[in-house]
Amino acid sequence: MAELKILTARFDTPNPTDIDTYLKDGGYQALGKALKMTQDDIINEVKKSALRGRGGAGFSAGVKWSFVPRQLNKPKYLVCNADESEPGTCKDRPLMELDPHQLIEGMAIGSYALGANLSFIYIRGEYWYIIDILEKAIEQARNRGYLGKNILGSGFDHDIIVHPGAGAYICGEETALLNSLEGKRGHPRIKPPFPAVVGLYGCPTVVNNVETLAAVPHIINKGGDWYRSLGTEKSGGSKMFSLSGHVNKPGNYEVPMGYPLMDMINVEGGGMRGGKKLKAVIVGGSSVPIINAEAAAKCNMDYESCQSVGTMLGSGGVIVMDETVDIFETTFNLIRFYNHESCGWCTPCREGTDWLLKIFKKIKAGMGEPSDIDLILKLCVNIEGRSHCPLGEAAVWPITSAIKHFPEDFKKHLRKSLPVLTMAK
Amino acid sequence: MFSPEIEKKIDATIAKYPHKRSALLPLIHIAQNEQGYITEEAIAYIGEKLDLVPVEVYEVATFYSMYFLEPIGKYNLQVCRTISCMLCGAYDILEHLQGKLGIKNGQVTSDGRFRLTEVECLGSCSTAPAMQINFDYHENLTPEKVDQILAKLP
Repeated sequence: MAELKILTARFDTPNPTDIDTYLKDGGYQALGKALKMTQDDIINEVKKSALRGRGGAGFSAGVKWSFVPRQLNKPKYLVCNADESEPGTCKDRPLMELDPHQLIEGMAIGSYALGANLSFIYIRGEYWYIIDILEKAIEQARNRGYLGKNILGSGFDHDIIVHPGAGAYICGEETALLNSLEGKRGHPRIKPPFPAVVGLYGCPTVVNNVETLAAVPHIINKGGDWYRSLGTEKSGGSKMFSLSGHVNKPGNYEVPMGYPLMDMINVEGGGMRGGKKLKAVIVGGSSVPIINAEAAAKCNMDYESCQSVGTMLGSGGVIVMDETVDIFETTFNLIRFYNHESCGWCTPCREGTDWLLKIFKKIKAGMGEPSDIDLILKLCVNIEGRSHCPLGEAAVWPITSAIKHFPEDFKKHLRKSLPVLTMAK
Repeated sequence: MFSPEIEKKIDATIAKYPHKRSALLPLIHIAQNEQGYITEEAIAYIGEKLDLVPVEVYEVATFYSMYFLEPIGKYNLQVCRTISCMLCGAYDILEHLQGKLGIKNGQVTSDGRFRLTEVECLGSCSTAPAMQINFDYHENLTPEKVDQILAKLP
């Protein structure tokens, strides 16, 4: 077992959501330490840790924080992205459900580093029961002086608002999330300007994933070098992975960055269900390219290794498929997802996903022609890089990679020759 | 149009935010949870509370999949159909419910008790297949388990 329990260390303690058990386990000591540090020292420590955005983009958290113009005479905001909706990903849910104070402490430290007095947790509306858990924990933290005015006598004020989303995958994209938080439709904004400069209510804003912020107290307590040393040179720390699909023991597992994918499937996951053969894996949530068993055997769970086998670490949603799976069917499932979740703002994504779905439906109905595969690929070229936000790419990569690695699964659905359509003229 | 208790909750929600329009999503949730769906009266009321014209509330209410503009029955059975659940039998669960209730995606049973709704990823990927009945999660489903869950509903 190579599980490395940093963020998940308290999941099995009795009553982990209670502030007293959190304090007993050393909770809020990092906040006390941080409040005695300078803002720059905190940001540098996070930079040193090589902590990268755990929501999927993998951007350096410390660098993101350093983009905020703290001298600007405007309020600054920290927003925790808890809109976890990437298919295959369910790791932020236990982080909030089982250790809310860890997140609150991370947000308090981050807010202090950015000079933000108010922060938000934007949580997907479906996680309704977790809102109560978070609000109860926030109330406890307020009563004990870890939130509110003059925290621990430092003169720093900070509070957190929990904000429910209402069912929209696109709101996981940070600028769509900000629009949603402002009470608008979840349409992404043009970047630049980036949220670090013009974000929530036009003010400097940092949006970080739940897991990213939950790692911050540990980095402050034990240092950036320590955190970095847990993982690889460029991918610091531990990472949570949601293992789903055809394994014996699906679940959320925290392992060091660089952990071999096959070990996760065979050790943590208890091997393939029913002893079947591995066919394909999506390693980072549904938006990343699918890989075959051969590539999976060479893949370690860090940003660089995933890239080297033609995919991305993404959000860490590891979807495992056995030999019985028809990749056309799983790809059909995903294009239906992206079509449903396209916000409709820009033409390439709105119309493109619609056309793709139409062609997939035609193939599924047994009416597909060999030229339809070329048409799909042409449509993909016209969506990729031309959409308003990354949802366009997210819709395209699963398709192009599936056709590339599993062409037979597509070919077998196609008609060999065209039916002669007699149209009365 | 709401009870004094809910009115108080609405005012407290608005007061939390630095800009009151931010309270729009939470307020639509409150109205829907009270009335079962979003009524025209609720749209006008929320608009007044937040200094928005009704269409501004309406355009937001129609964007998000958790908001319903028509009655949705007592129990909204929201079955996840996305990839991880699909791999673990979500389509069987959907077929089972369609047969059992005699309704398709988006329909409500004639007695108004159940609505069947296919939804996208619920974040239950490691406990698939899953569904949400109103706000409650039910995971690691089998057709038999679904029968037991429905039989226990009051």
